[in-house]
Amino acid sequence: MKGLLRPVLVIVWKDILLELRSRDLVVSVLVFGLLVVVVFNFALNNAPGRAEQLAPGILWSAFAFSAILAMNRAFVRDQEQGGLEGLLISPVSRDAIFLGKALTSLIFMLLIEAALLPVYAVMLDFSALTFTLVLTIFLGTLGFAVVGTLFSAMAVQTRSREIMLPVLFFPVVLPVIIAAVEASTRAVGGETFVGLGRWLPLIGVFDALFLVICPWVFAYVMEE
Amino acid sequence: MTAPATEAVQARGIEKSYGEWPVLWNLDLSVPWGQTLVLFGANGAGKTTLLRILATHVRPDEGSIAVAGHNLRTRPDEVRRRIGVVGHRSLLYDDMTCRENLVYYARLFGLKDHKPRVDEVLEKVGLSNRADHRVRTLSNGMQKRAAIARAILHQPDVLLLDEPEGGLDLESVSILGTLLAEWTDAGRSVIMTTHDLDLGLSWGHQAGVLRGGKVHLQDNNDSSGITGSNIRQAVAEALKGC
Repeated sequence: MKGLLRPVLVIVWKDILLELRSRDLVVSVLVFGLLVVVVFNFALNNAPGRAEQLAPGILWSAFAFSAILAMNRAFVRDQEQGGLEGLLISPVSRDAIFLGKALTSLIFMLLIEAALLPVYAVMLDFSALTFTLVLTIFLGTLGFAVVGTLFSAMAVQTRSREIMLPVLFFPVVLPVIIAAVEASTRAVGGETFVGLGRWLPLIGVFDALFLVICPWVFAYVMEE
Repeated sequence: MTAPATEAVQARGIEKSYGEWPVLWNLDLSVPWGQTLVLFGANGAGKTTLLRILATHVRPDEGSIAVAGHNLRTRPDEVRRRIGVVGHRSLLYDDMTCRENLVYYARLFGLKDHKPRVDEVLEKVGLSNRADHRVRTLSNGMQKRAAIARAILHQPDVLLLDEPEGGLDLESVSILGTLLAEWTDAGRSVIMTTHDLDLGLSWGHQAGVLRGGKVHLQDNNDSSGITGSNIRQAVAEALKGC
């Protein structure tokens, strides 16, 4: 386990260092996330009293589109500067590479969502500081990060990666989005953990499945 | 050298095709410890493909390869621990300094107490004074030297160099030549490709020409050295026929 954890943390350290230097991912995705919610807010005419119905859908649409934007960049720097090849010729297991990249994406997305959530809460008029909503967002984002990392690794090797990633990502991650919207609807409505019913465990099951399957497929994707 | 294997690199029956196009065909290769094998070949002869296979980056269609006694197919991580690679790209991140890049790779290779080793390799390639400069601010030649520092950082048994002299000035070529001589004197091995006949023959203990998917080797078994006119002529003639 320690043998797996060390390279994972090394990869995360490198990606965070590069992001702190360039700031090209977090800032652009943050601005994009804000724009999405502003557009949705006006387009759907979010009148008082409709927050419970509309907010979860808008929230997860914004998170999903932001995730696509973030995941599109996940491997680009490594591919362009040869860092991916450097990783592949190092004695680091493919699982560690995958988990390192997925953990970096999870951290970036959670940071972006933490910044966006209070703004969404004010604009869409709902309470963001509930344990159930935060847990739902964490589990949903974990699913996005794991699936997105795999498809980002696939897409970066194609010429039309910007189109390829959403085409691959959305069909697979759809169950997570549906369950996350349902769970968030109940969380925004003030339901407790029990009140979320099967939706939260369902996201957990999908996350667990993705965490097993995606690293395994990733090893094959990285073979030339 | 603690490795028990009799040969540093041993490849048997390597085949690799891209689609219908065969690049390597029933290729055999053997590099003893403490020797440099220099591979020549025309563009598209498969030199880079061969090095990428040895670097575990490309999987061969057929054949078996052992590096320092470790089978490439069954123990790829052990092989990766024992090779250092310098390719056409530096494999360094532009927005990190030379030192940060080397620390990153040292950690990936699990080097303990890596700081003195990082300083040592930076000194060896003459980049101590640019250690804390971002890679994007270095010239192409300096980036190449930083890539060489990355490749030797973990003291691999076998160095794989793909046209390492490209982009280097005379001083850097001299540094690299000295480094390779020290490398083989310490009992480690080198496989390099080049288009520079004089340079390759002066650095190598063995010369080979990659042609028709196979390596045609010219051994240096006599005491006259590889720069003997017989080998020079043989390599030059083989290259003409490519």
